[in-house]
Amino acid sequence: MDAFIHQVLAGLATGGIYASLALALVMIYQATHLVNFAQGEMAMFATYIAWALINIGIPQLGIPPLPYWQAFFVTVVSAFVLGVLIERVVIRPVENAPVLAVVVVFIALLVILNSVTGWMFTYTIKTFPSPFPSEIGFGRFMSPHEVGAIGVTMVVLVLLYLFFRFTPLGLAMRAAAQNPESSRLVGIRVGWMLALGWGLAAAIGGIAGMMVAPIVYLDPNMMGGVLLYAFAAALVGGIDSPGGAVFGGFLVGVLENVLGAFVIGNELKLAVALVLIIGVLTVRPSGIFGKVHVTRV
Amino acid sequence: MTRRELIVLGVVLVAAVALPFVVSNYRTFQFTLVLVYAIALLGLNMLTGYNGQISLGHGAFYAIGAYCTAVLMDKFGVPYWATLPVAGAVCLLVGFLFGLPALRLEGLYLALATFALGVSLPQLLKYHHFEKWTGGVQGIVIPKPEAPFGLPLKPDQWLYLFTLAVALAMFALAWNLLRGRVGRAMVAIRDNPVAAEAMGVNNSIYKSLTFGVSAMYTGVAGGLSAIAVQFVAPDSFDIFLSIKFLIGIVIGGLASISGAIFGALFIQFIPNVADEISKAAPWAIFGLFLIGFVYLMPMGISGALRMAVARLTRKRQNS
Repeated sequence: MDAFIHQVLAGLATGGIYASLALALVMIYQATHLVNFAQGEMAMFATYIAWALINIGIPQLGIPPLPYWQAFFVTVVSAFVLGVLIERVVIRPVENAPVLAVVVVFIALLVILNSVTGWMFTYTIKTFPSPFPSEIGFGRFMSPHEVGAIGVTMVVLVLLYLFFRFTPLGLAMRAAAQNPESSRLVGIRVGWMLALGWGLAAAIGGIAGMMVAPIVYLDPNMMGGVLLYAFAAALVGGIDSPGGAVFGGFLVGVLENVLGAFVIGNELKLAVALVLIIGVLTVRPSGIFGKVHVTRV
Repeated sequence: MTRRELIVLGVVLVAAVALPFVVSNYRTFQFTLVLVYAIALLGLNMLTGYNGQISLGHGAFYAIGAYCTAVLMDKFGVPYWATLPVAGAVCLLVGFLFGLPALRLEGLYLALATFALGVSLPQLLKYHHFEKWTGGVQGIVIPKPEAPFGLPLKPDQWLYLFTLAVALAMFALAWNLLRGRVGRAMVAIRDNPVAAEAMGVNNSIYKSLTFGVSAMYTGVAGGLSAIAVQFVAPDSFDIFLSIKFLIGIVIGGLASISGAIFGALFIQFIPNVADEISKAAPWAIFGLFLIGFVYLMPMGISGALRMAVARLTRKRQNS
């Protein structure tokens, strides 16, 4: 029983990370109806920035290595800027292009970020520190990092909820995503709202990357599996429902851990994501909380 | 085909047959891989270029084909040439079955589902219950085929010519399939599924069969690659292999048969050149080319060539 509880709690911890990344995917999907295949690599790149800030600093600018939380905030801000830049420079030109062209651009981004990181930081696996003190662990059930990761995820979710619910900018972003034409008529700059959405998604992804890196270790391919679980989470919850993505994230995290530990073994964990993705897409493409879309012919 | 096209085709064929006798063994091996890739790209191009179903996981079918060949040769002593039809048939079936749920998925979602297949495949290949056949993480080593009937050919040369023969057969088959009624139906489904349905095309049959045939092509290519490389292991079939195929068809030219060859040359030789800069350089260059082609040359190399030829001939007629 203890082992089971332990697996469920550990599943919740990684589930929180999947939930954040799934949320980033859903944000971009809501605004543009695109699924960002490069989301994982963007998060990975941000995590490398954090690693560099903590361990080396920026010698070119005379910045010494930073303490964890300072590095954390610098990373979140840089990820945001990177996200905005990518939207403005790379995604804009293919906004109205056929799906295939957009998918190809995302794949190109994935490949470029992956190889540039490998180029700059080499492909050797690195350890990434966890900032959480050992007092907050629950002994035999949860490690400090797991408790901390859940806490950080919760803070991010609450902040996002408050932002989209109570600030004018959040409202403008939601309006731009839901009805671009009308939003433009009332003076919202829709293009910039999309770019901000990308920036926010990149920042959330960066946080997810920093939370997952102590668990999976840092290497340029670390996000492959995580991204797959995030896809599964977003689809299970409903790809256009932020709340659903969070729920899906926790569900997928727990399922992955429990099935991996007791049913199918750790070797086939990724197959859980594959089965979930194909299953949801064929049986109920709108997910648990998503809207059912009807197309008129 | 016009007379000029026939002449070009003849010259290319003669050059292709003569190639292994003028270049080194290693280059011959590389060109064998180009042919293998060309078959795989042709398969993916049928699905994505002609039929409009995006697959980011075709490496999976390549892997299944490669493993079919390797397991049959290693565990059952089947001769190498006899494994290819089996690899093709298995992939045809698997592809058709995967195509059935894929019918309900459009564009982006199909890309997602196939991406998931591509990412999770290496793990499936390592699964310890299959280890008896697949050799687990270690993979399988298979022997290199010798030239038959006492032909005075080195193994590399023979393998190249054998691959060339298979590739020619596959290309001829694809050409016949795509230029007629079937090809038109496939393109119609891509461009306007509702109109295609109204014209009497059975969309679901065509789409799932296209998936199957496409997987068969890629599977045969996978089998050939196993014979050529003499080795299969789970980690050589990661998601980046599938991405490489996508790069190949985009750069070579979507919905074009010759595009498969240009794409294959590109994905085989660019890494060779770029490797000298850095280990990461090939992929960085792939990525930049990919974005560049989508923005500037969406028809790929074969489309650009076609346009250049058209422009030249028009000029000559005017003057």
